[in-house]
Amino acid sequence: MRVYGLTGNTVNPHPARWAVLSPWRGDKTKLEPASALPTSSTPKKIAVSVSGLEKSFGPTRALAGADLVVEAGEIVALMGANGAGKSTLVKILSGSISADAGTILLNGQSVSFASPGEAQAAGVATVHQATDQAGAAGLTVAENLTLNELCGTGSFFVSPRSTRKRAAEIAALIDLDLPLDRDFIDLRPAERQLIAIARAVAAKASVLILDEPTSSLSSTEAERLFSVLRRLKASGIAILYISHRTGDLAAIADRAVVLRGGKVVASFAKPIDFSAAVAAMIGRTLYAALHDGTVSSAPILASVKRARLIPGARPFDLDLRSGEVVAITGTLGSGKSRLLRALFGLETLAEGEFTLDGKPWLSNGPARSIENGVFMVAEDRWASSLLPPEIPGASIAGTIALPHLPRWFPLGLLRETRERLVASDAIGRLGIKARGPDDTLDQLSGGNQQKVVLARWQAAPCRLLLLDEPFQGVDVGARADLIAAIRNSQSGSATLIATSDTEEALEVADRILVMRDHSLYEADGSHESLAAVIGSVESIETRADGTGQTP
Amino acid sequence: MTDQATASSKPASTFAETARKYALFVLLAVMLVGFWSAQPAFINSANLFSILQAVSVVAILGVGVSITMSAGGFDLSVGSVAASSVMAASYAMVVLQMNAFETLGLVLLMGAFIGLVNGLLIVRVGVPDLLATLSTMFLLAGLQLIPTGGRSITAGMMLPNGTTAAGAYDPAFLILGRGRLFDTVPYPVIVMAVVAILAWFLMERTRWGRVFYAIGGNETAAHLAGAPTKAYRLWAYVLSGTLASLGGLIVASRVGRGDVSAGNSLLLDAVAASLIGFAVLDKRRPHVLGTVLGAIFVGVLLNGLTMLNAPYYTQDFVKGVVLVGALALTFGLGKKKR
Repeated sequence: MRVYGLTGNTVNPHPARWAVLSPWRGDKTKLEPASALPTSSTPKKIAVSVSGLEKSFGPTRALAGADLVVEAGEIVALMGANGAGKSTLVKILSGSISADAGTILLNGQSVSFASPGEAQAAGVATVHQATDQAGAAGLTVAENLTLNELCGTGSFFVSPRSTRKRAAEIAALIDLDLPLDRDFIDLRPAERQLIAIARAVAAKASVLILDEPTSSLSSTEAERLFSVLRRLKASGIAILYISHRTGDLAAIADRAVVLRGGKVVASFAKPIDFSAAVAAMIGRTLYAALHDGTVSSAPILASVKRARLIPGARPFDLDLRSGEVVAITGTLGSGKSRLLRALFGLETLAEGEFTLDGKPWLSNGPARSIENGVFMVAEDRWASSLLPPEIPGASIAGTIALPHLPRWFPLGLLRETRERLVASDAIGRLGIKARGPDDTLDQLSGGNQQKVVLARWQAAPCRLLLLDEPFQGVDVGARADLIAAIRNSQSGSATLIATSDTEEALEVADRILVMRDHSLYEADGSHESLAAVIGSVESIETRADGTGQTP
Repeated sequence: MTDQATASSKPASTFAETARKYALFVLLAVMLVGFWSAQPAFINSANLFSILQAVSVVAILGVGVSITMSAGGFDLSVGSVAASSVMAASYAMVVLQMNAFETLGLVLLMGAFIGLVNGLLIVRVGVPDLLATLSTMFLLAGLQLIPTGGRSITAGMMLPNGTTAAGAYDPAFLILGRGRLFDTVPYPVIVMAVVAILAWFLMERTRWGRVFYAIGGNETAAHLAGAPTKAYRLWAYVLSGTLASLGGLIVASRVGRGDVSAGNSLLLDAVAASLIGFAVLDKRRPHVLGTVLGAIFVGVLLNGLTMLNAPYYTQDFVKGVVLVGALALTFGLGKKKR
């Protein structure tokens, strides 16, 4: 148990007081306004219509006037890169958070939901990505199917018999064939999702939102889900389908809408041109070309040979040369993080091997990796690197020092002057905006927090630096500083960066590779080529393994 | 980090912040003055030392609890470990006829071993901290009764197998609980001070303490930074168990017999001391200085009220009021700050 720690209000990565300080990066990009109206010509009943929706979290404008229309009986794919505003839009529509501005028309009526319950009552049902939230563990399938009624609208008395009867009716709505007595906890992710969908249908939802529904499904399970969705579509339910899997979208979506920088920037009718859609997703005008077109001739520092990240994935090789910055880009769940985590010793490869300085490299965990100069900055700063402000060592100095304590203070006694010296140096070198080394990290903006985390790993001799989404929640100015710091620290070490933002990859890297379906692909440095490689529709074979691996 | 260092780099703190930081010190001073004016005998050194002696066991157990709390855990078994240690120490001397030093060594080892079992249950088996230590608490509460058939241990007692115990309490052992340095400072107070200083040094001035807190604050971050989080959590429970058995030894040497009801309220008092400590210096986290001060705070309050003829049955109520107040000060009133 945690008596104190990373809980609710103590840790807020985006306090509102920075709103005026850091320019939102999306403002700098010139976006062409694009029509989000459905392109099909047959007039249909509009189920949900969103216009001018805005939402800010501190300095971050998650939605900057999003417009979206979904007709009854239409499946609309919602696409967008990390941080484009997809999940914010979903949360507003499902009543988890409320919008700052804008209107939502549901079947012609203006609505604004104060809670998820209100949204459900109004006919907006949401199936979330995390399938363990699709129902209650410890209750049976029957009880889960009738959960809405148990929790509110049903009668006070519940008999197992009436529950089973009602559950069977609900299951029949989508032809769900599951043993009604099975415990929810024993169900597969696909089955949990179908229960959530059945419940939504039973609640007479007119709008169904699916957030990454296939991310943990095998191809057969996905096909089953699609047939259910097609039936729902035929019965006139409007479906908003969020996914990165172009193959799935090609199979199911009538229309693809691309969200970028909190706005809808493009809409593609069937047949959907996914290269164009991904180009729109990434979209921004290019600021920088690749840093150095020439192939590095420095010695190979680390390499990956015949690696399969998951069983059945296409094997790949990767060589990292000394002094090189290599970026891996690709959509969410394509396996970028998995490769970095495997190199750092947090996961194992299904097949293949690593070498470091010519010797085989297999780490059993962070401690051994750090000893050997293999450092990783994991994604999601708050969860992976930072400490709550109450505890000692949550300051800039303490955060930088944490992994180096055994080497800096072998006798155990802390000398804070040493920590402060390193921290002061980092503050000056990276331009961290802080009052001093004793400031706690919750007082800094996202970009400055990330600079501190980077400084942590530059405070010791490094062989291989692994950065997972290092520019997450970082504003433009701080991003330039970070890129300069990453590129300047390159004597004798290699840097491998995973980012789903192609522009970031182009700005920071010497060389870019694309990760798709847990395998690496070459791409030449142009924007169009990257978009084509990322967006190419997944081949049937890559999905057919049916492993149902989570990304 | 040191408080002086923090202060130097931060702007002048507001009155409210300063007030919250030293609230418990001020209240303690007010209480001392209040009780003194109401009952002049309260402030003489014999009484003050008797207060410290009374809280020493709770403070030592509380230090153990706060170390496990720092590492993100919670040790509910400290009370039972202390009670078992009382019985084990008595059994070692009265039945097994050991001398004082053998007894000390045996009981401390037993405490460390119980801590190790707790830690392994939590780290290896994966039982949640509260549940693991709750179950060992029950286990020990029962186990300590078995060797003597549920009776207290005194010299010359009848054993379950019908023989009479041949040993007795070693007089050297009794010095620990009953003796005084220079005829003034009771030894338990000195033991408490030594434990507090060593634990404070460990937690606030060494890298090991830093990592304990890092694990409690964000275990993933500590793990990704290369800290052997499981080993640290294991050590936290070993330390806690050892300190609890030390507390039990002090109780045994003061009481002079193996009393089955010894240590009944120790767990709750120790946990309360740790939690009251959150408010000391407005740290909002478990810390050694706060725990010791929390124990002293409760001790002074109870002693003063007793001197003013408050009935004994109001004691738990008073402790409860202090705990509620301290926690409200820590969590509620400080909310706006962040």
